[in-house]
Amino acid sequence: MSAVIDTHAQDHHHGPAKGFTRWLYTTNHKDIGSMYLIFSFAMFLLGGTMAMVIRAELFQPGLQIVEPEFFNQMTTMHGLIMVFGAVMPAFVGLANWMIPMMIGAPDMALPRMNNWSFWLLPAAFLILISTLFMPGGAPNFGWTFYAPLSTTYGPPSTTFFIFAVHIMGVSSIMGAINVIATILNLRAPGMTLMKMPLFVWTWLITAFLLIAVMPVLAGVVTMMLMDINFGTSFFNAAGGGDPVLFQHVFWFFGHPEVYIMILPAFGAVSEIIPAFSRKPLFGYASMVYAVGAIALLSFVVWAHHMFTVGIPLAGELFFMYATMLIAVPTGVKVFNWVATMFRGALSFEAPMLFAVAFVILFTIGGFSGLMLAVAPADFQYHDTYFVVAHFHYVLVPGAIFGIFASAYYWLPKWTGHMYDETLAQTHFWLSFVGMNLAFFPMHFLGLAGMPRRIPDYALQFADFNMVSSIGAFMFGATQLLFLFIVVKCVRGGEKAAAKPWEGAEGLEWTLPSPAPYHTFATPPEIK
Amino acid sequence: MATNQTYYVPEQSKWPIIATVGLATTLYGVASIMVNGSQGESTSGAWITFGIGSLIMAYMLFGWFGTVISESRSGLYSPQMDRSFRWGMSWFIFSEVMFFAAFFGALFYARVFAVPWLGGEGDRGSSNMLWEGFQATWPLLNNPDPEAFPAPEKIIDPWHLPLINTILLVSSSFTVTVAHHALKHENRAKVKIWLAATIALALIFVAVQAYEYFEAYAHLNLTLRSGIYGSTFFMLTGFHGAHVILGTLMLTIMLIRIMKGHFTPEQHFGFEAASWYWHFVDVVWLGLFVFVYVL
Repeated sequence: MSAVIDTHAQDHHHGPAKGFTRWLYTTNHKDIGSMYLIFSFAMFLLGGTMAMVIRAELFQPGLQIVEPEFFNQMTTMHGLIMVFGAVMPAFVGLANWMIPMMIGAPDMALPRMNNWSFWLLPAAFLILISTLFMPGGAPNFGWTFYAPLSTTYGPPSTTFFIFAVHIMGVSSIMGAINVIATILNLRAPGMTLMKMPLFVWTWLITAFLLIAVMPVLAGVVTMMLMDINFGTSFFNAAGGGDPVLFQHVFWFFGHPEVYIMILPAFGAVSEIIPAFSRKPLFGYASMVYAVGAIALLSFVVWAHHMFTVGIPLAGELFFMYATMLIAVPTGVKVFNWVATMFRGALSFEAPMLFAVAFVILFTIGGFSGLMLAVAPADFQYHDTYFVVAHFHYVLVPGAIFGIFASAYYWLPKWTGHMYDETLAQTHFWLSFVGMNLAFFPMHFLGLAGMPRRIPDYALQFADFNMVSSIGAFMFGATQLLFLFIVVKCVRGGEKAAAKPWEGAEGLEWTLPSPAPYHTFATPPEIK
Repeated sequence: MATNQTYYVPEQSKWPIIATVGLATTLYGVASIMVNGSQGESTSGAWITFGIGSLIMAYMLFGWFGTVISESRSGLYSPQMDRSFRWGMSWFIFSEVMFFAAFFGALFYARVFAVPWLGGEGDRGSSNMLWEGFQATWPLLNNPDPEAFPAPEKIIDPWHLPLINTILLVSSSFTVTVAHHALKHENRAKVKIWLAATIALALIFVAVQAYEYFEAYAHLNLTLRSGIYGSTFFMLTGFHGAHVILGTLMLTIMLIRIMKGHFTPEQHFGFEAASWYWHFVDVVWLGLFVFVYVL
């Protein structure tokens, strides 16, 4: 069928290799995608366990379970593991599985480098997690590792943390280069850029953001490394440096980073909502431009994380208005999702439930973000639980619901089986209720003045914290159900058709379910 | 896009996992050297870890690139594969640009904001209360706290060694382009001469830079510890120097491959990638010369 010119042509259509070397040596985008997804879920459970420790300690006022020192390590590691270990790898896993199938490519453009990108992650997290057992404990300065907490006052393990971040960065950059090379070079004939599925578009832009800002993260941790070990004074005013410089460089990375964690979810939801509305996506071109606009704006809003640190008034104003501008393209997207559903023939299978919840709850997170963007008002809620509520509303029902929606949507394609719809709906409703119970009261706590990153709090915050902890336990336990649903789906279940969703569009549904080990060795023709 | 039929998807490969073990071992070793050293513990075990990791990395680099070269020479790569490599290298260089951008950003921030504020100017002039009487200058020859960070006595004069280095690097960008044109015209003797000249210029550059560092440390008290001027100076020029060394290694490998008869006038992306990288290193240097040395 294909004019493969390599000498292995006869075994080109073989299946996977046997044994564990299949996973160690693989160059197959589906294997690598699966490994990313499994790794991400393992990290999700680990980071989630740390969240459970945090919520258990905060269940009541007073110190019950852990020492404040360990509590700080938990908040730090929870954030780092969820951002770099759970959310980002999950989206890279989805990209690996889906992008080649959605654009009609035989694999990723650089398959060996793809495998390296993955395997660097377990290595990096092995180093990061090992810091928990080092003298002085794990990093305890928050996932944003502000200097001088992380430089002058950090534990000795900070140096190991820095190198772990370097390895994660190498992994992300190579992964992103691979995604861009694949999308720009391996599209099937006839698939112009403006015919690409939105998931592919959002990943193209995400990959650009990754390549632009991960090196900046590498730069800022390198400056930390030098300040800690070699006596430089980047973040030390005694030598003419400035701790605020750390925040500028960090958030120059950090703000695009939050879009790195949400844009692929935008893309996935833009696939799922049309499928279950049985209507084409409303305003495809405006969706593409909106994502581009969000990505560009993400480079000029970073100091909205730093309104209270003492930046010049002109800076406060610029970053306030620039941040508010982001609401415009985001509003375009929300409008288009709603318009897609409007007068559609809707059905609410698990992917659609998660996608609709995504639209509603992410919008709540967006609105609280808009509140935080108002510089004078931010002085009131800076570093309170309001901020915690805000970013958990964009990350949990945003990024993570986007991942769940994608997983349910494409599981039939990956495994060849339908997942258990009843259990999946249970998973959705328990997650939905648990998550809102956990994070909604945090808005009130924050507005009432409860600071973030503390193991103990004043008595008037007790009730909302207890509700929040109950919701968190509920959400956490529910995720074991997700594990069960996926394992059950992998092992068996109702046979899935090539296109199990009536309204689904795209090349991936032209392939049989489960998708064969090698797909599109000859590219399809796009009309 | 129409040539997907021959896109080469490699078989299973052991190199990624070896590279992972190598990189993680190396960096774990480096971190252990730093942490054990700062706590006054023995660093010999850490050095051994670092050494083993580096050897694994060296083995991996030879093996992985060797595999790619032999695949390329046996004709497995299509023009489409070539485009993937080009995109890959271009975006890799873009990531390097952003890495340097972080350090240039730190330099500009220190010069334009942090140091003047400490001197009592501008919107955050109250910072001057930290070290009253501190005078902001650039180059910063008096640190706010001279006990903790003894300031440099003088800085490197841009119109001596750095100017020589600028001439060396700009000429080397020129010589590598001459070599590239010679390769396109299948004039191998000429390629060898001009590529060797490029490598020679690069090595002289590194030697001059090393001498400049020696001068800075031995006579000017310009060190990593001499405040924000020394910090930005050594981090920018140091990372640039490291990239020059990496680029020189790439060019040396290309020279060896030319001697072995690799490359054709049409297909020589390895050579082009190395020369792209070399031009990138050159452009970064021009930025350094202007913003670190002259201004």
